[in-house]
Amino acid sequence: MQKLEYPAVGETLYRDTLPNGLRLSVAVKPGYRRAFAFFATEYGGADRRFWLDGDFCDTPMGVAHFLEHKMFDMPDGDNALSTLAKNGAQPNAYTSSGITAYHFESTENFEENLRMLLRFVSTPYFTEESVQKEQGIIGQEIRMCEDDPDHVAYDTLLRCLYASHPIRDPVAGTVESIAEITPETLYGCHRIFYHPGNMALAVAGDVDPERVRDIALEMLPAEPGARPIRDYGAAESAEPVCRRSVRSMAVSAPQFMLGAKLQCAPCGAPLLRQKLLCDIALTCLYSQSAPFYSSLYAEGLLNTDFFADVDYAADTMTILAGGESRDPEAVFARFCATAERAAADGLDRDYFSRVMKAGYGARVRALSSFSGLCASMADADFGGYNCMDTFAMMQDVTVEDVQAFIRENLCGNRYAMSIITPTGGEDADDA
Amino acid sequence: MELRRMELMPGVFLNTLQTDKFKSDCLSVSLLTALDRETVSKNALIPRVLARGSVRHPDMDSINAACDALYGARLIPCVRKKGEILAVGFYAGFLPDRFTPDGSRLLEPVAALLGELLLEPDLRDGLLRRDYVESETEKLLDDIRARVNDKRAYAVFRLLECMCSCEAYGCDDMGSEADAAVVDYVDLSRYYRDLLRRAPIEIFYCGAADAERVGAALRDALSMLPRGEIDYEIGTDIRMNALEAQPRFFHETMDVTQGKLCLGFRLGECMEKPDFAAIRVFNAAYGGSVTSRLFLNVRERLSLCYYASSACDSQKGLMLVSSGIESSRLEEAKAEILSQLEQMKDTVTEEELDAARRATASDLRALTDSPGALENFYLSQALRGLDCGPEELADRCEAVTAARVQEIARSVELDAVYFLDGEDMGSGPEDTEEEHADAEA
Repeated sequence: MQKLEYPAVGETLYRDTLPNGLRLSVAVKPGYRRAFAFFATEYGGADRRFWLDGDFCDTPMGVAHFLEHKMFDMPDGDNALSTLAKNGAQPNAYTSSGITAYHFESTENFEENLRMLLRFVSTPYFTEESVQKEQGIIGQEIRMCEDDPDHVAYDTLLRCLYASHPIRDPVAGTVESIAEITPETLYGCHRIFYHPGNMALAVAGDVDPERVRDIALEMLPAEPGARPIRDYGAAESAEPVCRRSVRSMAVSAPQFMLGAKLQCAPCGAPLLRQKLLCDIALTCLYSQSAPFYSSLYAEGLLNTDFFADVDYAADTMTILAGGESRDPEAVFARFCATAERAAADGLDRDYFSRVMKAGYGARVRALSSFSGLCASMADADFGGYNCMDTFAMMQDVTVEDVQAFIRENLCGNRYAMSIITPTGGEDADDA
Repeated sequence: MELRRMELMPGVFLNTLQTDKFKSDCLSVSLLTALDRETVSKNALIPRVLARGSVRHPDMDSINAACDALYGARLIPCVRKKGEILAVGFYAGFLPDRFTPDGSRLLEPVAALLGELLLEPDLRDGLLRRDYVESETEKLLDDIRARVNDKRAYAVFRLLECMCSCEAYGCDDMGSEADAAVVDYVDLSRYYRDLLRRAPIEIFYCGAADAERVGAALRDALSMLPRGEIDYEIGTDIRMNALEAQPRFFHETMDVTQGKLCLGFRLGECMEKPDFAAIRVFNAAYGGSVTSRLFLNVRERLSLCYYASSACDSQKGLMLVSSGIESSRLEEAKAEILSQLEQMKDTVTEEELDAARRATASDLRALTDSPGALENFYLSQALRGLDCGPEELADRCEAVTAARVQEIARSVELDAVYFLDGEDMGSGPEDTEEEHADAEA
């Protein structure tokens, strides 16, 4: 295993790629009671069309998420969620457009729990009956999301932005699409995507990294499977398909989410650099410390729930910003004008150094979150870089780099917005 | 990691946990006052207004610049409801000194900035700035109205409001639209000055500095604090039994696709001499974990919902069950939720007891890994006058017996049921034996 030390920020990382293709990262955290393990496959809601036994195979919306729910069933009738919980662990899982992750946190029996995590995620077991039962539970989860304005605003925005990329469809699917799922669908997808060569394991805690490696070797298949071949459809243009979408729901005031699709950089150092530049650019322009926010806040156009962020999944890169406002169109106009002005006039140098100083503190403090750190390490494994290189890379970022990023990526006619208005309005889409 | 507690000034208590384990230090200052319908909106506004500007940092841009210069320290205005006590103040998270590249010390300037925001607002003619008060009142009103946007949280809020309509506990940490709308800046200024004089203050610090250094930093930061007669007479009223002979039923409709069912219980006579460890284990076994009866039966066995969970407030002595269900299956879900509680009165298996003990003990031990969780834990402990730490409480949870858990199950009493469902759902809930007291929509 490669041991990497970062004394300035007090971290020690161990990284390795096992003979079976599993990418492994361990952050050793002395003195902590809990340990956290995160086992993820690069398979999410957007991986709907892929190569299977000599041909492209299309699967219904929601399979990756459905599979996540069903993975906990074990052939001996046990449920891995209960087994882990009975053993003192707090297990959970989630599915995004790009990955499915299974994780647990525990303060005792870490090795036993890790064995269980690796075993259950590698053991597919589905029956007609259990698939049918899950359709009821997931149906309720979908209903819950339909009543959640943030969720609806997000799903609607992605449909505005993307013409054909499957990220435009909801990760959990629809009540109709999940009705098409059978045990065979689940077995097929598990075989293609759940082998060590397509997966990453990240651990944080007061653990022995060599033991983690030994357990992974012992529990997982010895051979890497074939690299999955995915089809995300035709390349996307820079502009959205539809600029506005308005839906009405039982909300107190208009909720909005605006965004743009960008070109994702290739894996490795370019990807890490793009993530870093994008994060710094968004912080300079739109964080809660930025003049954009404080002036719109003082004018009563934004609340404390405003956010601006970037989301990477399934070869896509999406800028997202949202919150509540009595006048989303005014926020939209000011949002776009802020990027245009920074591109034209440049960023103030003192302001830039201040943002970099605050960003350093925020990044070091973020290392405290085991779940956040493990998710970053797994993302880094999938993206072919080392997340801790951010600290060294930051030192070379100049104000000109960030200005260039803003000019090339955050300006122009690329934004769309979805708005949720209080019940009583009419639903509408404008091209 | 030992908690040290000292009285810095009259009624001002500093709690310090010295450790170099964390990458984020935390410092919070909480003014304690009674939760009360009359004043809750004023309390909610105070830290929000103070965070808008101080004498030396008169607007958000200058406060942000100061925080960024302190390596992105974050000073968050916060108001927390703890039983029937409100903790009003600020929570600061900042980089430990050993990670600052230029070796600068952050505790003293962060404490000073926090003290300045709390005690030296940007006044006009001796009063809080009218524009800031009005702007923050608008935002508070937006937040009050926005409760409805998160249906799960809204259902819990409405259950408490209906169930505890005669108790202070029935209001949340923001108050009602009507109460918030009438706050004016002259009143608020008077209330703020009074609060500074009378409120007991709990300060919590977790980080690498020793208690003496923290004490000195805080004495300086709070040197302008006026102290009058301290109001220690604040606490939480515990109601042991349901309000009426039959559980009350509240039904609301809204434009939603999923029904939300919430049940409110009184913990009952076990609150006469509450065993906090046993209450935690009981809750984990009933509905607080993935090995709980509610998760395994209401969700997994009957597929009635995506979530069904319970939570206890052992300060107030009540328990809530919250679930999201298909509206047509209300009766089935309610019956199963109650039946599981009924069964626990007679039987708690070794297996479920063991899982519940482990889950609660593990939660408590994991809390020692997070400064924010420790802060919240010790603030609650201080309000109850307890000094038991999370490790000790975890040990006590591991010793809880099945008989103790059953005793609590027997003591619990259903007081109110709240149901939110879609309009035009056809038939409403059919429960003939219960009194209908439809809440206003």
